[in-house]
Amino acid sequence: MKRGNRQLTLITRRGLLQASAAGFAAAGAPAILMRRASGQSGFDWKRFKGEHIEVSHTLGPRGELLQKHEKEFEELTGISVGSEQIPEQQHRQKVAIEFASGNPSFDVVTVAYHVQKQLYGKGKWLVDVRGFIKDTQLTNPDFDFDDFAKGAIDYATQKDGRLDTLPLNLDYFVIYWNKELFAAKGGSYPQSYTEIIEVAHKLNDPKNGSAGWVARGLKNANLPPYLTFLLGHGVDSIDPDLTMHMDGPEAIAAAQIYQTLNRECAPPGVTGFNWNECQTTFVLGKAAMWLDGIGFALPLEDPTKSRVVGKVGYGVMPPGPKAHRTSLYGDGIGISRFSKKQEAAWLYCQWATGKAMNKLHLEGAFGAPGRTSAYEAVKTSPNLKAPREWLECMIESIKIARAGLPDITAVTEFRDTFGVALTNMISGADPATELKKATDAFRPVLERTEKT
Amino acid sequence: MASEAALSRRGSGHAAHRSPWRRAIVGRVRHRPYALFILPALLIVAAVIIFPWLFTVFMSLHEWKIAQARTFVGLANYAHLFVDERFQGALLRTLIYTALAVVAPLVLGTSAALIFQQRFPLRGLLRGIFILPMMATPVAVGLVWTMMFHPQLGVLNYLLSLVGLPAQLWVFDPGTVIPSLVLVETWQWTPLVMLIVLGGLAALPSEPYESAQLDGASAWQRFRHITLPLVAPFLMVAAIIRTIDAVKAFDIIFVISQGGPGTASETINIFLYLQAFAFYNIGYASAVVVVFFVLIVALSLALLYVRQRTQWAS
Repeated sequence: MKRGNRQLTLITRRGLLQASAAGFAAAGAPAILMRRASGQSGFDWKRFKGEHIEVSHTLGPRGELLQKHEKEFEELTGISVGSEQIPEQQHRQKVAIEFASGNPSFDVVTVAYHVQKQLYGKGKWLVDVRGFIKDTQLTNPDFDFDDFAKGAIDYATQKDGRLDTLPLNLDYFVIYWNKELFAAKGGSYPQSYTEIIEVAHKLNDPKNGSAGWVARGLKNANLPPYLTFLLGHGVDSIDPDLTMHMDGPEAIAAAQIYQTLNRECAPPGVTGFNWNECQTTFVLGKAAMWLDGIGFALPLEDPTKSRVVGKVGYGVMPPGPKAHRTSLYGDGIGISRFSKKQEAAWLYCQWATGKAMNKLHLEGAFGAPGRTSAYEAVKTSPNLKAPREWLECMIESIKIARAGLPDITAVTEFRDTFGVALTNMISGADPATELKKATDAFRPVLERTEKT
Repeated sequence: MASEAALSRRGSGHAAHRSPWRRAIVGRVRHRPYALFILPALLIVAAVIIFPWLFTVFMSLHEWKIAQARTFVGLANYAHLFVDERFQGALLRTLIYTALAVVAPLVLGTSAALIFQQRFPLRGLLRGIFILPMMATPVAVGLVWTMMFHPQLGVLNYLLSLVGLPAQLWVFDPGTVIPSLVLVETWQWTPLVMLIVLGGLAALPSEPYESAQLDGASAWQRFRHITLPLVAPFLMVAAIIRTIDAVKAFDIIFVISQGGPGTASETINIFLYLQAFAFYNIGYASAVVVVFFVLIVALSLALLYVRQRTQWAS
């Protein structure tokens, strides 16, 4: 098995950064921080005063956070910002088509590493920011590029070495578990994949409308939970040399687990469930376990939306038969190559991925940022909006995280082709047959799209 | 006309030095100066219809993926369509979906028109309520029905439970997804068929009914032998409109099932959308468009032929 550089080492340097992070933990609002930092370093944030930039976000917590604090950036720099938030699928299409047209409507854009990175890299649609980072006139000395986790920067780096985005958020797959349902049936948090199945069966109670397990079953969306099980079997879906493992014994074993859980222990209709249907099921207290990204603490702990407030356990993915892994996905932020205001856009990226914003990001439980200092700062922060268990689960998950989806251009086709196979399995199809069929269908696509 | 005279003078002076094509055009303009007025319309048609079509055909002859180099592949994209099981499945599902989404509203819409043709209290109000679904935005309709179809939280299974029937998976099961989507389509577009047929019924003469009654014909016989033949041209209009609508159905399917579970409700439109806007296979998607266009033209011609025959018979 080839590992490459995909395993994260997000908090390995936290000791080194502890001192500076502690300073941040005691600090106040980001605008005050920014102004203070600016004043101390003498960095001229106002050098592009009067310019206007357009920012295109994917709809979600990170977009909301940045939009909420946009005024502070405008006050800090004098640059006016127009921004939009577009639902994930539509955003990906809009951005790709606008880039292909050569005249995108935005200067700054968010990018999903697990879906768009290779496509954008091939098109060279984003600016390589390494030049900006080295430019002391354009980069605040307090920006501290080394504060980003090495794993996060590796994830953001293109195959040709270009760094065309900065990490905005990383998403680790974890198991949310309903402590009340577990207690009612005497279950304990599983310690292996076999135990996940046993506990899911034990807690499955369809007569009372309660499922033992829920995870995405909708084609395309169902790959991340499946790939989480695959990683525990010690292989990646596709190696960097394009060797496919999707119809091998490990893939079949992982598919059988996915099939058993979703076919025998999940709510009816799970083949149509994306993360939002899973979330609805879980917040209503109708599922004992839910495997998904770590960014759902806010809705789960919101008394206006959730019936399981204070009852949610945040569980690290148990070890698989051959490896202790969880899958990782992530988003970054980059500057359009076609933008005529790249320097002003770079100031925005610095602000959006700066220490202050990363701290707010983690403290507000919006997700997992890419800077190590944020974790140190929030570890003891009284302002953490999610239970402490959530943060601990995140920190433990970081240690076992590995990119879930393959680093290829045709990710969407990969997700679609194998997503259909997984959906068919939930409906009763044989995992080995489905995976073989999907592999045969996808292999020519892989050869065609990766040859250039 | 002064302009004609001016054109004529200018034309005669340089005619000997012009190419045959140019001479022909100038000659036509000289004799029919009003031809110039067609030019703007011709340019618009060329820009918005002819050029896009030619460009689509051009793209279909290439392997063309966004952000990658374009390669000429001749008819390879078309050849691949004939061996692409997913395309063939989508084609079959499109035909099944279209057939069901035309027949169900036609039967129910005709029945509703026969009812609303009768005089009864609150007829106007009920007719107004009946046509409300037609006015709703398809995406909004899709979202509402998605919630209604939810196996655990949806109102449909609740209603079934009230009459002692077991819960269904609706759009979450490969076996029931297409009938469930057709149910939405039927709910929304039956009123349109009702309005068309009601218009036809209102225009029917009363004499054949009077003589049939005198001859002792039953209600069914009057419907079967008088109403149905006379209203057939209107039914054909409704069938053509519904067929065109059903073949190009996208919004309802995309919002409710996205072509799933798996590919169980993936019609050609969904397949095309995935190829073009999810996989960015512009060349292959263009080939699908061309083949789909040919199919739609063939279907439309067949329907028009049937309509002509219906009119002749009526």
